[in-house]
Amino acid sequence: MGKILVLLEQRNGQIKKASFEAAKAGSDFANKLGSDVVGLVIGNEVGDIEKTGNYGVPKVVHLKNTELENYSASAYTKIVADFIKAESVDIVLIPNTSLGKDLAPRIAVRVDAGLAMDCLDFEFEGNDIVATRPVYAGKALIDVKVSSDKKVFSIRPNVYPAGEPSGSPAEVDVKPAADIDLSSRVVELKKSEGKLDVAEAEIIVSGGRGMKGPEHFNLVEDLADSLGAAVGASRAVVDAGWRPHSEQVGQTGKTVQPNLYIALGISGAIQHLAGMRSSKYIVAVNKDKDAPIFQVADYGITGDVFEVVPALIEEIKKLKSE
Amino acid sequence: MKIAVCVSHVPDTATKVNVGAEGKSIDPNGVTYVVNPYDEFAIEEALKTKEKIGDGEVVAISVGPDANKETIRKALAMGVDSGVLLKDDQFRDSASVAKALAEEIKALGAELVFFGKQAVDYDNSVVGQMTAEYLGYNCISVVVDFKLDDRKVTCEREIEGGKEIVSTTLPVVITTQKGLNDPRYASLKGIMAAKRKTIEEKQPAAAENKVEIIKMKKPASKQPGKVLGSDATVVPELVRLLREEAKVI
Repeated sequence: MGKILVLLEQRNGQIKKASFEAAKAGSDFANKLGSDVVGLVIGNEVGDIEKTGNYGVPKVVHLKNTELENYSASAYTKIVADFIKAESVDIVLIPNTSLGKDLAPRIAVRVDAGLAMDCLDFEFEGNDIVATRPVYAGKALIDVKVSSDKKVFSIRPNVYPAGEPSGSPAEVDVKPAADIDLSSRVVELKKSEGKLDVAEAEIIVSGGRGMKGPEHFNLVEDLADSLGAAVGASRAVVDAGWRPHSEQVGQTGKTVQPNLYIALGISGAIQHLAGMRSSKYIVAVNKDKDAPIFQVADYGITGDVFEVVPALIEEIKKLKSE
Repeated sequence: MKIAVCVSHVPDTATKVNVGAEGKSIDPNGVTYVVNPYDEFAIEEALKTKEKIGDGEVVAISVGPDANKETIRKALAMGVDSGVLLKDDQFRDSASVAKALAEEIKALGAELVFFGKQAVDYDNSVVGQMTAEYLGYNCISVVVDFKLDDRKVTCEREIEGGKEIVSTTLPVVITTQKGLNDPRYASLKGIMAAKRKTIEEKQPAAAENKVEIIKMKKPASKQPGKVLGSDATVVPELVRLLREEAKVI
């Protein structure tokens, strides 16, 4: 059995949380399969790499080059494929982030590996691995069996528990990345000013048509601010041009899994529910007591958002100031 | 210039998913199939690019059963010049779909290829990138802005909390995200013209699947919780529950 490789994603020189979850999965794989796990970081200056040791990956290789500060699909694909060959890696684990989704399929083809994306859970059957993953935006799950010798899995963030850090730092081996292929590269990174993304937030406050117009979304934003949450939106309000598509939650938007999802004036169309139903806790505020959103809500208020939300903001502020 | 646009035929997003009798895919009864929503942006961008260049040919390609012709026909009605169905009634994993597409694109000589960023059935979001890899093309995924200047390609791609500006050159595969453009509606004239356009049927090489679906299941159903009340007076109770019971704030 070859090695297990965990690709640790960095952005702005910081290892992302989803990478530590993938590291923990890699360490679990290694224990189950009696194999070794190694981490790989591609970038320039990257901090806190040794923290990967906290999640059961004792050794990390950092391939460093000033040209690799930002993502390059062509460079990453080649570097990872070369690493797989040189280190006789059989299994690659990648966080299912925008980078992971772009890269995993390219690596899989380059090294002739079977691929399963957005995995939630794994079972081991001899040489085969069965991964459980959502389809139809989470309306159903499938078990897929990957039976090739080499396998690539991307792991859905916020699902695989990284657990408590163990306090044992990883050994970091920094090497120069040579012969890099920059035929496709990120030349500029544009950050949305001060905004949290729904895909990464632990709390999301979403507004729907019940907000009655874009001018009332300040209520959604204020509640989100009071909770340190991201702002989400239903497809109806995105299609109406009230909110940007980056905020859309649902089957043609983002599938999210925060600890808390607050739905304001959202009726709960099937494509919206698909995108948020696996949130840990769901709160719904909607005038219509028959709205389908109440079928998935842990706590519901069948009232007017324009009355309930200002009261909720006040109450949260009171709580935070205590 | 030849431009390829790869399309898939998928259940409408309003579909209620039920597991079919064999337990591996959805029950197709009562399901309406449509052009994959993200592919509409791919079709639109292909047409816009052809119009901008003022010359060229756009070919829609799909892998799957006869029913996929319906989606190809819609692409033709929007203005795509011709269609190719790589006919296969059997299951293909993403890599096998990509390989079939790559062979056809190569034969066609298309240096610019558009895909929707993912199909809303299996949600893999990989076939575009895999096809690029089989072709040895560059690839930019999840694109919300596309610019072609001679052979230079500059795109904005959506990432968590922002955008990346990516620079590359032809030949390239682009996967399209909502926000890139507003797909046109097929005009009556377009629909009539589509009837005269050809959809060529071809047999792709047999699939060599590395991945197999062994089971489809419904996620554990969520029990509806408590309705606390119908006005703002229950807000303190809601906050207490979120704090003490759910422990999420």
